[in-house]
Amino acid sequence: MALGASLMGATPFVHAATAARKRKVIVITFGGGARDQETFAPEGQINIPHMLGELIPQSSFFTQVTNQGILGHYVATASLATGVYETLNNFSAVPPEHPTVFEYFRKDLRRPVSDAWVVAPSNGFNRIGESECRSYGAGLGARVVLPKHLLGAATSGSNADYGHLLRDNYETPLYAPQIGGGEFELQQLETILKLSVGDFMSHARTLSSPDELSVYIAKRLMQQESPSLLWITMHDIDIAHSGAYSLYVDAIRRTDRLCAELWKAVQEEPEYAGNTTLLILPDFGRDADQDSGGNGFQHHRTGDPASRTTWMMALGAGVRPGVVYDSPVQSIDLVPSIGAIMGFSAAQAQGKPIKELL
Amino acid sequence: MLPQSLQADQFAGYPPQARKLAVANLPAFRQLPLSFLPALLREVIEYDFKFPAERAAIDKELANLSSLSSTQISDWFHAFSLLSLSSKLERLDWITRPAQFVEQESAYLWATHQLDAFSRAATDYGDRLQAAIPVEPLPVRRLGIAVIGQGVASYDEPLFRNLRAHGTYFGQVKPDNGLELLLAEVEARAKSHPVPYGHWYVDGGQAARQSPSLTNVCYQSLEPTRANLLKYMQTEIARPGMGPEELRTDLARLLPSDLGMDKAGDAVLDRFQVKLFTEGSGTQIFSTTFAQWTTREALRRAQPLTLLVRYAPRQRQKPMNELLSNTNTSPEVDLTGSLVDADMAAYYHWINQQRLQGAEQSSFLAWFEGHNQALVVSPSLPRGVQSDSAMDLKGLLALATS
Repeated sequence: MALGASLMGATPFVHAATAARKRKVIVITFGGGARDQETFAPEGQINIPHMLGELIPQSSFFTQVTNQGILGHYVATASLATGVYETLNNFSAVPPEHPTVFEYFRKDLRRPVSDAWVVAPSNGFNRIGESECRSYGAGLGARVVLPKHLLGAATSGSNADYGHLLRDNYETPLYAPQIGGGEFELQQLETILKLSVGDFMSHARTLSSPDELSVYIAKRLMQQESPSLLWITMHDIDIAHSGAYSLYVDAIRRTDRLCAELWKAVQEEPEYAGNTTLLILPDFGRDADQDSGGNGFQHHRTGDPASRTTWMMALGAGVRPGVVYDSPVQSIDLVPSIGAIMGFSAAQAQGKPIKELL
Repeated sequence: MLPQSLQADQFAGYPPQARKLAVANLPAFRQLPLSFLPALLREVIEYDFKFPAERAAIDKELANLSSLSSTQISDWFHAFSLLSLSSKLERLDWITRPAQFVEQESAYLWATHQLDAFSRAATDYGDRLQAAIPVEPLPVRRLGIAVIGQGVASYDEPLFRNLRAHGTYFGQVKPDNGLELLLAEVEARAKSHPVPYGHWYVDGGQAARQSPSLTNVCYQSLEPTRANLLKYMQTEIARPGMGPEELRTDLARLLPSDLGMDKAGDAVLDRFQVKLFTEGSGTQIFSTTFAQWTTREALRRAQPLTLLVRYAPRQRQKPMNELLSNTNTSPEVDLTGSLVDADMAAYYHWINQQRLQGAEQSSFLAWFEGHNQALVVSPSLPRGVQSDSAMDLKGLLALATS
């Protein structure tokens, strides 16, 4: 028995199993809809120096990622997370109809709840972690942390110094679905993130945007929980709905910096360095300048090619660096691809694994 | 209910001219598919408060529809008739509330993956209509002017990047008295070619002056209206059960008098201005967005021959609820950000102008206020080049329109 264990311990098959167990995937949705012309098109590259200079050389880059679904942020993010074009009401805090990537991951691989997390921008996303599908659903999803809600709870409604971090839902700036009180979140802060309310508030005061707060929380989660599947939804870029082009571009530049910052954190965390695949993609684009049905960058209402076509960057473990793929993929291919990378089956997803990532 | 069952008395709630128009075109309406007709009625119901250019467009469209045989109508609207709508949509009161119907129809088309088919059908219809209706020549070539960067002392980044490929960049402009020269030229055009709502001056801040020969829209002058709207929105948001769709519907119903506008004012212009706030996104909080959206809507609806737009500094970004509460009477402004906003807005001004009749002959001038940079797009000037000619704004305008 001792010999057997010793031999088994030396076999490469066991090593492979351990490696698979350690494999981690982080998904970043790039900020609430960004167009190619403000990002990777030649005229937009000035806005993404970090991705262009630091991340692209390490990446497989997909130039034609299309979203054929509804172009609202919550429903589109839900579609990304399920691999099915969901049709839920974009402005309601309802769960996706189909199983999420988190449920596939946890059920198939028998992972604990602590191994799948979502960091989401606004109250409207608080149901993104778990579907209403009977064979998955309850108890099998990801834990969702809403940093702004957390901050709101921590400040107990007195948010004079934190208002800039509590901006919510630019698509309809007048409305954010309400969720339950702050007890659970504050408990998370102290017990899971090992962060006192005072330290959290003190650090938040040094940040300038909701997405910075999200990345701060994500890094804290990586340190304390080391989830194997971490999903971060950025949203600052959606300030474009206010019609101020300068704010839209500023947000793209900030998101670019935050993506590089997060990748740097991956390299610095022993649990993540060398075994993490990072996938960065916008949930969709925004309307083209020339489409008369829209008002250019401001919205994503026309369903034109500019609003449906975007890009994806993959880097890290298992990814061929420095390769550009022009072959079309769909945003619903993301979940089956993650399934193939991590070893679970996205049974109800309608997309297919991206072969270039396998 | 479907269009073939339409009766004249169902338009009793329409304003007088709209009602008359609808009843006169009832036979044509009855032949149109439900996926199309409410969008047309959304325009018809507003007929009494539309600009002359819009009325002319509706008149021509209805005349064309009424001239088509049943077979032709089937052919023209075949793509629309292939769209599948729900019975819930059919039950909506699309006759008296066509705008709300269109909103719900749009959501349904998105959810059922029919939006692309609808967009294609609409584009094809628009192209076909444009080819079928007669075009009258313009009394004067269209002119757009965008004045950007008010209050900015210096800016090192290149301006007019999107426009440069389409026009000539001037780097030695004499800026002295520039705004006054531009306004004077615009007023002169208005006097030479008097057309109702044909010549506009939009100011995103404090207007240089109110010119009686021009249609004036000024953000500062509309401050009481904006304040009333923000107050209304705050109240509505606080109501239990209020959501974004409900709020949008409520806002769409607001009339000038609801927001304290003078009943003796220009009913058409007042409604236009209210819609800038109730239908625009961000117009309620950022003056640059207000000026850009006003430009877009003025061009789309009134189709002015002359449109001078001057951008002013907008307030700095703050949390949305703070911006909406409108409590700070002298907010901090973002000068450089406003210049970047306005630079893009000037590009959109030109794009929207180019969608109108006479685009190939129209001219456009963008100027960095108080500075020596400008760009002119004109059929008489080369594209994608730079000129070092030193001239004032009057000379530049003469060059643009020559």
